[in-house]
Amino acid sequence: MKIKLNKGLDLRIAGATTDTKPVRTVTPGLAAVMPDDFTGLMPKAAVHEGDEVAVGDALLFDKAHPEIKVVSPVAGHVKAVVRGERRKIMRVIVEADGSDRAKKFDTKAPVLDLLENSGFFAMIRRRPYDTVPVPDVRPRDIFVTAFDTAPLATPLTDRLGDNATRELETAVKALATLTDGKVYISHDPTWALGDITGAVMVEVEGPHPAGNVGIQIANIAPVNKGETVWTLDVVTLVKIGRLLLTGTVDPTVYVAVTGPEVSTPAVLRTVEGAPLSDLLDGMLHKTDKHLRVISGNVLTGTADDPESGFLHFPWRQITVIDEGDDVDEFMGWASVSPDKMSAHRSLPLHWLRRAFSPDARLLGGRRAMIISGEYDKVLPMDVMAEYLLKAINSRNIDDMEALGIYEVAPEDLALCEYVDTSKLPVQQMVRDGLDYLRKELE
Amino acid sequence: MKPLRKFLDRIKPNFEPGGRLSALHSVFDGFETFLYTPHSTSARQGAVHVHDSVDSKRTMIIVVLALMPCLIMGMYNTGYQHWLACGEAIPGIWPLLWYGLLAVLPRIVVTYVVGLGIEFIVAQVRREEIQEGFLVTGILIPLICPIETPLWMIAVATAFSVIFVKEVFGGTGYNIFNVALVARAVLFFGYPAQMSGDKAFVATGKMFGFGPVAPDGFTCATPLGQIATSGGEGGLHLTGIDGSAISAWDAFIGLIPGSFGETSVLCILIGAAILLLAGIGEWRIMISGVAGALVMGWIANSCATPLYPASYLSPLDQLLFGGFAFAIVFMATDPVTAARTNTGKWIYGALIGVMAVLIRTYNNGYPEGAMLAVLLGNALAPLIDWCVVRANTRRRMARLNTSKN
Repeated sequence: MKIKLNKGLDLRIAGATTDTKPVRTVTPGLAAVMPDDFTGLMPKAAVHEGDEVAVGDALLFDKAHPEIKVVSPVAGHVKAVVRGERRKIMRVIVEADGSDRAKKFDTKAPVLDLLENSGFFAMIRRRPYDTVPVPDVRPRDIFVTAFDTAPLATPLTDRLGDNATRELETAVKALATLTDGKVYISHDPTWALGDITGAVMVEVEGPHPAGNVGIQIANIAPVNKGETVWTLDVVTLVKIGRLLLTGTVDPTVYVAVTGPEVSTPAVLRTVEGAPLSDLLDGMLHKTDKHLRVISGNVLTGTADDPESGFLHFPWRQITVIDEGDDVDEFMGWASVSPDKMSAHRSLPLHWLRRAFSPDARLLGGRRAMIISGEYDKVLPMDVMAEYLLKAINSRNIDDMEALGIYEVAPEDLALCEYVDTSKLPVQQMVRDGLDYLRKELE
Repeated sequence: MKPLRKFLDRIKPNFEPGGRLSALHSVFDGFETFLYTPHSTSARQGAVHVHDSVDSKRTMIIVVLALMPCLIMGMYNTGYQHWLACGEAIPGIWPLLWYGLLAVLPRIVVTYVVGLGIEFIVAQVRREEIQEGFLVTGILIPLICPIETPLWMIAVATAFSVIFVKEVFGGTGYNIFNVALVARAVLFFGYPAQMSGDKAFVATGKMFGFGPVAPDGFTCATPLGQIATSGGEGGLHLTGIDGSAISAWDAFIGLIPGSFGETSVLCILIGAAILLLAGIGEWRIMISGVAGALVMGWIANSCATPLYPASYLSPLDQLLFGGFAFAIVFMATDPVTAARTNTGKWIYGALIGVMAVLIRTYNNGYPEGAMLAVLLGNALAPLIDWCVVRANTRRRMARLNTSKN
């Protein structure tokens, strides 16, 4: 199957890395898991401070479904269980002891149990709601995206390993037992691994957000009311295959450090949850600007403190941009500077620049929806975003359902938020709507 | 610009809650964000980290820019018509422009003072930022009123419109009807004697002591006004102030009597080009509006009857005379009150085009139908959108039902 998408937008941001071979390996002394990255999970600590853990040992489990676990990416001992307001767990930090002790899983166990215990189940998301799935609901289909079109993203398929085809086939075979439908793998035209036995291969071409699994679902087999599908990406799929073949969890991650404030954008080899300070060491320009360090891309990533923060799941990318909160820009609304990044034609000179260095400012005040048709140009799915957002704002469940709330995740509407002249917090609105619906209906 | 920034930073605490001038917080904020891009940054998670450089201010200012050719032409034409009315030789471009400027400036000042004053107060009461919508409305109102409209009437109509059409619904972005057009409608229905007929459209007196004075009892109707009152027998004879015939070319250039800024189709086309090049104007509405007017004009013209004299106008003349061109470019395309779905925009534009010609042709009581057509379009836009959205939701329901079977 082939799908060509025309709507969307590729942001041209400076600080891309063209070489996807890792320049060095960062072996961190600490690693952390942050339960907020696993949307929908109600975290309970499975360990206490000082406990010895190996790679693959559970650090957290879900309160409602204790069989869903989040596991340690390094071997060592638990340094801290950091709690925030009302004793909510913010992060569990593990101090690595340098060994590669790893928990051995029984690969003969039922697939669902294996995925839950090894932490991979928590890495899968479901539509509707874009949260960690509920194990007792069988998905209609499972969708895997094999490419990332987000700004400055590096190809997902470059570092899958030598054994990728076999691992993918093993994983697809296992996942297929969990659904009555199909396992779809969507890839871009550069896909080199050929057809994966057991999966339905879909070639998708187009600008961002074509790589978002939600967009792919909407153009392959949209989610209807009452249906559930699971989503994951190809890197997680390969690791599931590796687990099935070897019995151990592979915590390795290749991180692209990118963005206009990075002096030498490059790919690093490290483990999940590595400290940002270790990853950024020596990579940034010497500057007194306020910087924003984002785990992920500029559209949907999570910003964290560069000194004390860690790489957030599921990101394999760090983007560093200027915070911009100290910039005094005189009558910025009147500027026709070619340095201003925009998707609108009222900045006529922006095609002069190949790449921009945007900062994190809103660049305007928040307004009611004024200009119409902006969202439609960057949303390649049959959803009327403006009307869906209005239904969400009025908490009208019937309208939300009719307008396709079950098909969307916040990341799918990220570009709508970017182009919005009214500077509305579109992704947060979608997240609030999904949370509201989940609370009312589950 | 550092000294200005320092000055703003120094006086800013006065306007914060608890400061001496905290009652003017919204006003200060409005000026500060006008002068300097606000420092507010994106949320740290669950949001995009970079935003497009275009904001609401920029959008509105570009619309104001697009209106400038019409404003300048309106100034020139006001002077031109005035000198014609006085029966004196045309003195050259600058006195005409100067006279027109003196004529329009008080009107612009009055609309902005009244409208922005209300906006400032409401923003302060609601503790919101001042919104830019009135920047456009405030320039539109003087452009669509006859030049002889008394200032107090403009003030009353502006106040009524801003309060009851915009603010009671929640401010910019929530209004159902176009604010400037409702101001015009208030004048039209509230003060018909001063707003229509043959006295309002040409300035007759001195402006701040400048310019000649027209003879006592001078009158001249707009071309559409002449058509509406003519019998229609034996074709149309449109005449200018000095009695010479008005051609389609005069109407295109805009040297005919009419409301201040809407006579020149040429300048309106320049404005349309600015809007379309900047990607702000909605081309779907403009195209379908013009097409609708041409179709309706052709129908009316092919069954022309003396009962309805305007039916003798050719379809092209329908576009050139009166306020139609201005209405379809600047009024119908107001994104807040127009249809918001792409399919809806085609229907909405065509509806306005057809209705404008229908009203002006078949209702002799209203020589110009563009204003009423756009207001009708505004009223129906939510219904049109509802139908378009319903097509989307039906598609989804159909999919659900087939997947169940």
